[in-house]
Amino acid sequence: MNFIKLLLVTFLYLVPVDTILAVEPDEVLTDLKLESRARDISANVRCVVCQNEPIDTSNSGVARDLRILIRERLLAGDSNKEVYKYLVDRYGNFILFKPPLTLSTALLWFMPLLVFSLGVVILVGVLKKASPSNKSRFSDTSNDTKVLDSLENKKGKK
Amino acid sequence: MIPELGQFSLVLALLIAIAQSTLPIIGVTRENTIWINSAKYLALLQFFLVLIAFMALMRSYIVSDFTVTNVVNNSHSKKPLLYKIVGTWGNHEGSILLWVLILVSFGGALSLFGSNIPTRLRARVLSVQGWICVGFISFMLFTSNPFERTFPPPLNGNDLNPLLQDIGLAIHPPLLYVGYVGFSIVFSFAVAALMEGEVSSAWARWVRPWILIAWTSLSAGIALGAWWAYYELGWGGWWFWDPVENVSFMPWLVGTALLHSAIVTEKRGAFKAWTVLLAILTFSLSLLGTFIVRSGLLTSVHSFAVDPERGIYILILLAVSIGGSLLLFAYRAPSLESGGLFSPISRESGLLLNNLFLTTAAAIVLFGTLYPLFLEGITGEKISVGPPFFNISFTPIGLLLGSTMAIGPYLKWNRADLAGVLSRIKFLIFISLGVSLFVWYLKSSGPAFAIIGVGVSFWLFTSTFFEWMDRVRLFNKNYFNIFKRIKSQPRSANGMTIAHLGMSFIILGVVGSSAWKEEVISFVEKGSQLEVAGFLVTFEGVTIHQGPNYNSEKATLKVEKEGKFLENLYPERRLYLATGTSTTESAIRQSLAGDLYVTISEPANNKFKGKWVLRLIYEPLVNFIWLGASFLALGGIISITDRRYKIGRTFKYRRTKPINKVVGLDNF
Amino acid sequence: MRRFVFLVPLALSLIIGTFSVWGLLNDRNPSEIPSALINRSIPKFDLSPLPGLRTPGFSRDDLLNLKKVSVINFFASWCLPCRAEHQSLIKLSQNNEIVLAGINYKDINKDALDWLTDLGNPYTYVGNDFSGRTGIDWGITGVPETFIVNRDGKVVHRFSGPLVGVKFKEFKELLTQELR
Repeated sequence: MNFIKLLLVTFLYLVPVDTILAVEPDEVLTDLKLESRARDISANVRCVVCQNEPIDTSNSGVARDLRILIRERLLAGDSNKEVYKYLVDRYGNFILFKPPLTLSTALLWFMPLLVFSLGVVILVGVLKKASPSNKSRFSDTSNDTKVLDSLENKKGKK
Repeated sequence: MIPELGQFSLVLALLIAIAQSTLPIIGVTRENTIWINSAKYLALLQFFLVLIAFMALMRSYIVSDFTVTNVVNNSHSKKPLLYKIVGTWGNHEGSILLWVLILVSFGGALSLFGSNIPTRLRARVLSVQGWICVGFISFMLFTSNPFERTFPPPLNGNDLNPLLQDIGLAIHPPLLYVGYVGFSIVFSFAVAALMEGEVSSAWARWVRPWILIAWTSLSAGIALGAWWAYYELGWGGWWFWDPVENVSFMPWLVGTALLHSAIVTEKRGAFKAWTVLLAILTFSLSLLGTFIVRSGLLTSVHSFAVDPERGIYILILLAVSIGGSLLLFAYRAPSLESGGLFSPISRESGLLLNNLFLTTAAAIVLFGTLYPLFLEGITGEKISVGPPFFNISFTPIGLLLGSTMAIGPYLKWNRADLAGVLSRIKFLIFISLGVSLFVWYLKSSGPAFAIIGVGVSFWLFTSTFFEWMDRVRLFNKNYFNIFKRIKSQPRSANGMTIAHLGMSFIILGVVGSSAWKEEVISFVEKGSQLEVAGFLVTFEGVTIHQGPNYNSEKATLKVEKEGKFLENLYPERRLYLATGTSTTESAIRQSLAGDLYVTISEPANNKFKGKWVLRLIYEPLVNFIWLGASFLALGGIISITDRRYKIGRTFKYRRTKPINKVVGLDNF
Repeated sequence: MRRFVFLVPLALSLIIGTFSVWGLLNDRNPSEIPSALINRSIPKFDLSPLPGLRTPGFSRDDLLNLKKVSVINFFASWCLPCRAEHQSLIKLSQNNEIVLAGINYKDINKDALDWLTDLGNPYTYVGNDFSGRTGIDWGITGVPETFIVNRDGKVVHRFSGPLVGVKFKEFKELLTQELR
């Protein structure tokens, strides 16, 4: 078992992952708009041989290949969506850092709003309960004025 | 011999921990004073035993004792002494030992400094702390023993990962752990209070300094980690929403909510169950984090060596501590008295809103981090949830929180006049809007969150400052009393002001560096020039140097702006001899307006051999993040020294008039 | 009713706990991703042979025309685990019911040639993927990676890592299933 583990680890890290940042000058496109799109896309594409890094900053060979591939597709006229589809066709949704909105990820994307709304509902409930005008928290106070008056009269008489 | 001594100490510590977790609690129910009082001494004894073990390990590193497996795996004789020392915790076993050391330190600290706490409560708190110690010391002894031996000892060790041979990363774990683990004592307080069946305002006051210590340390630890990533890793970023980063952020978010909720419990006796729950959840998230980082459950750049068997052990630990405490909560919390009354617009409701934002944020981070696991478990699909999700979901909450934070300090307890407050500071609202519009004019394509963010930052800063000015009546005609008024502010109030100012800086820094980064990458040779953000950078060549355990290629870059020479920068590429790995050492020209961040590397393509790849990044406003974080930490420290908590020196001072009337302290 | 609210935190942690237990057990590798090609037709490719090697290159059409179950194996001379699984591939090559094809991934021609000469060539076809593009088209995340393709040209299984030990047994079982 350990041997297999060792082999797996070697297998996954055959390409030396370094700490240099990645995009090389020879990859950079001359068209600034396209290059900017390429960078944005690369930042959203996960390096499949790394431990949670985008291809934009990964030093692995596969990352570089993908960066060059993306630029080729952009030069060929693909839209951002088409480039993403090209990659997802080959690697699945795992390769995208921004999960696409599908039935299985709907819960993920709507969760923040759901939690916040739930929180607001609870908040309003708490505020209502704690509000001083919430008479039901106290016993009936309608007699208090009478009692107070009679006490004051007693005092006054003294 | 010394490693054996360390190991023996740990075994003893485990036995003491077992005693500490049982005797005082039984003593409370049986009214056995001796057993109750034993808690203090057991906790202190445990501290000393673990300290001995820790020093034993550290000594093994310092002298490079290669009969100790841990030292072999993570050290090297040629490593500089500083990194030998900090390498003690740069690995799984050593860092667990550090974790435990801090755990028992808090127990010991409570024994020494918690004399204001009733004995019975303190005994229970220390017992609960003892349970956690039993869990982790046994985890260490059974699965992650740092004192395992290797015979025959190899000639030299494998060296510490070069990335970790850095001062920032040296301080990051201890600081982070004091935060992370520090919440353990807060957790113990909460569980003890549930056991007693009573959560009083006094309890909230006793717990607060511990919350502050842990929170301050955690804030500093996270900021330090982000700062280290920024200057060391070379990609110019400081946060990636990586699972390990997220698990440190979640306790911080919930801890901040706790910090604020506890104020209400202390001052108004309200939100008792909620505060207790937050106290339990904060440490539970710390435990969850420890589990995730060391079990290999999720993929992360930061993971320690992955071992599912260790993971199971920690998971059992978690089940007992988190499950047990939440079960106790479900059982006991309903019988806690509900709190007082307050109007829908008041300081209480403001703090409630704060809690809403922070817990929503924590839920977002938790859910986003664990979602890939959930989905894989249910459908087998594998997806990634990365920065885009977190940025999109978190930013609105962050901005909302920043905006409402500005008003919070103005609100009075019980019933506040929001309209009045807003009309007094409406000129600040208009100015902040103006700032946003101005930024929009400057950066017409600029992302919306950034334009709004700068406005929010400005609004938060001016609002907070104005509240302080108001409180000390800065422009009151009575100038002679100004210093007196400033000095006699309660420290927790000053702490709040400084921390909130810090948040405004952080918002500014986060927004600026995320939205308006500029980057230039090019092949260079001697004499090449590149421009970015108005800087002219000339590549003057590379020289070779030798470090203690590495070889380095150091580049000289001349930086000029508008014709004037500014400075030389020296980015490096280092090759560490023992491991054969290389690192990039960036060079940064820092200023409040922004950083000029430069790195060099060798080209991947052999076609360009002989040239260098030079990467220049301009990061606007990024230093406001670190500045803001320092303010946060400073605010926390100042709050801890508030005389109410009897921590730190107490001042004797005479007053002729009651304080409230002189300095407007109705809110505090 | 109120009591139930207080149980929510416990309930949530139990859910998280359950998933964590699941995540730790069953030998799960968090970095491994399922192949996107499963149950889809093999991607388009046309690879030339390795210069100096008699074995021909091959393309998608070649495989489709054969109408046999095929095993496509990505390998490289710089890949240590590939060396480990080579024996298994030699064994596989003796099975006449399948077509064993190799794709040389991002390798130097001479090195690959030497490697095959030293260790033996089990492949009926060897394609030269110097650029790595074909690898990307097949969605590989490293070498070795092996695909079982059915008679209709659909990818039915993908194996990451060397075919040794337990994995090889599993592979053979699935292959036998496919051959029926």
